Amino acid sequence: MEKKNKNNIALTGGAAAAEALRQIEPDVMPIYPITPQTPIIETYAKFQANGLVDTEIIRVESEHSAISAAVGASAAGARTVTATSSQGLALMHEILYITSGLRLPILLVISARALSAPINIHGDHSDVMGARDSGWIQLFCENAQEAYDKTLIGMKLAERVKMPAMVIMDGFNTSHSVENLKTIDDQKVKKFIGELEPVNPLLDVDNPVTYGPVALQNSYFEFRIDEEKAMQEVFIEYEKIAQDFEKISHRKYDYFETYQTEGAEKIMVMAGTSAGTAKVVINKLRKQGEKVGILKINLFRPFPYQEIAEVLKDAQEIIVLDRAQSIGSKPPIYSEVISALFQAKKLKKVKSCVYGLGGRDLFQKQIEDILTGKNQEHYLT
Amino acid sequence: MKYEKDIFEIIFFARGGQGAKTAAEILAQSAVEEGKFVQSFPNFGPERSGAPTKTYLRISDQPILTHEPIVDPDVVVVLDDTLLGSQNVSDNLDRREALIINSKFSSEKIRTIIAEKGGKFEGKIYPIDADGLSLEIIGQPRPNTVILGKFIQVTEVTRLESVVKEFRKIFEEKIGSELTTKNIEAVEKAYDEI
Repeated sequence: MEKKNKNNIALTGGAAAAEALRQIEPDVMPIYPITPQTPIIETYAKFQANGLVDTEIIRVESEHSAISAAVGASAAGARTVTATSSQGLALMHEILYITSGLRLPILLVISARALSAPINIHGDHSDVMGARDSGWIQLFCENAQEAYDKTLIGMKLAERVKMPAMVIMDGFNTSHSVENLKTIDDQKVKKFIGELEPVNPLLDVDNPVTYGPVALQNSYFEFRIDEEKAMQEVFIEYEKIAQDFEKISHRKYDYFETYQTEGAEKIMVMAGTSAGTAKVVINKLRKQGEKVGILKINLFRPFPYQEIAEVLKDAQEIIVLDRAQSIGSKPPIYSEVISALFQAKKLKKVKSCVYGLGGRDLFQKQIEDILTGKNQEHYLT
Repeated sequence: MKYEKDIFEIIFFARGGQGAKTAAEILAQSAVEEGKFVQSFPNFGPERSGAPTKTYLRISDQPILTHEPIVDPDVVVVLDDTLLGSQNVSDNLDRREALIINSKFSSEKIRTIIAEKGGKFEGKIYPIDADGLSLEIIGQPRPNTVILGKFIQVTEVTRLESVVKEFRKIFEEKIGSELTTKNIEAVEKAYDEI
């Protein structure tokens, strides 16, 4: 049994992210506090009301306004955070592109959930996958610990590379589930996050700048190329930040986590809570002599093609679990894995499974049946 | 059947508003206080006052990795015996496992009701009149916390002192020290009941 530790606490994933935000203490947090909101802003609003944080909370009339206010605050030079999920993220969609186009380091904490219709706000990855091409960094979390840790990493990363970042936990499975986690001392966190040094803030009235002017045929293209370049730089900075984070937490987050992939004949690829559930199955099957492993995505945008192909290249079979569809195309993570292997000139047998849409439970038995070949279905209903 | 034998798994059956989530939370925090690992989450459905709910709680000496709902519990806690008519509370409960229920009925009677609904349970049934006890001591029906006393007596998965301490921590500010003390008295009485 582990020794009693005051830093070993149990919180919902939402409260864990809120605790990280308390330590970050953003200057501004615009929020739209009704369904499909999460415990994140509820918890944070309490911190603010109790005087634990000096943050300006702006209550707005929609998620479109929440992210718009965040854009204004961030352009003004404020450290800015908001949180949403499901339809809320969908409603933000227009402004997501504006945020990344303006290179504003806003942190958006998301409890990933389904999209209507039919109406459903339970866990899946439809909302965040719909935003995967919007120029935001996307970090997935497996549990409450990662929701806490990656909220800290995401904030620092966004500000370092001047790109907005989404920290994504599974709606309900993580956001509303109480789990153990270890937090880091306030002082260490504050030192890790550092002071925000805004680039060209609007409030610097001595050096006036314009944000978001017209860029026509002669320059718009170059802005978009720059955005892609900036996104590629995320890899280098992420690695540095992850190293710094490991120093204060003893927890390491690479682009992805490999679990028992050494010598694995079958590797399952996924993101979020399903990876935890699958680890239990891997433990069982490994004991029975099956050579199986997991690759869990941490960083989905930018996507580390080469590194992932390097891990998958020796496996005989790869199974990709997606908690979203890309209707009319192939599921998002599956498509990326295929692309990674093709770019590396490694053609493999890759199977696609879709699970958990609209909060449908995923059981260990289902994962076991896929890994042992008993279940050949595409949909894990 | 059970996937990870060293994780203690509990399902609470209740109705929306009866405080099963609070009961699970108190136990979870008590276990954390004792250095254990926990995981607690509701069966995510539309939460309506009075509708049947299910809340899951895992307690373990090792980190808990899985996120699947509990399918094979070690103990089931039922906060309202009218649920016996609509919920299969004894699913996957075997003869070595226990059912703790807030009820005035005898264990034989409860076993009969389960059997009449097509269920089969050969394990031990622990009925406790948590409504009566809490009305008598607290003056309000608070079966969710009172039943924790019985739960600890039966399972010994956490210590009574930890639960009392956690209860005080969570509730003292909300309901005042007098009512907190009465609640704790009721929990202790339930713990001492045979």
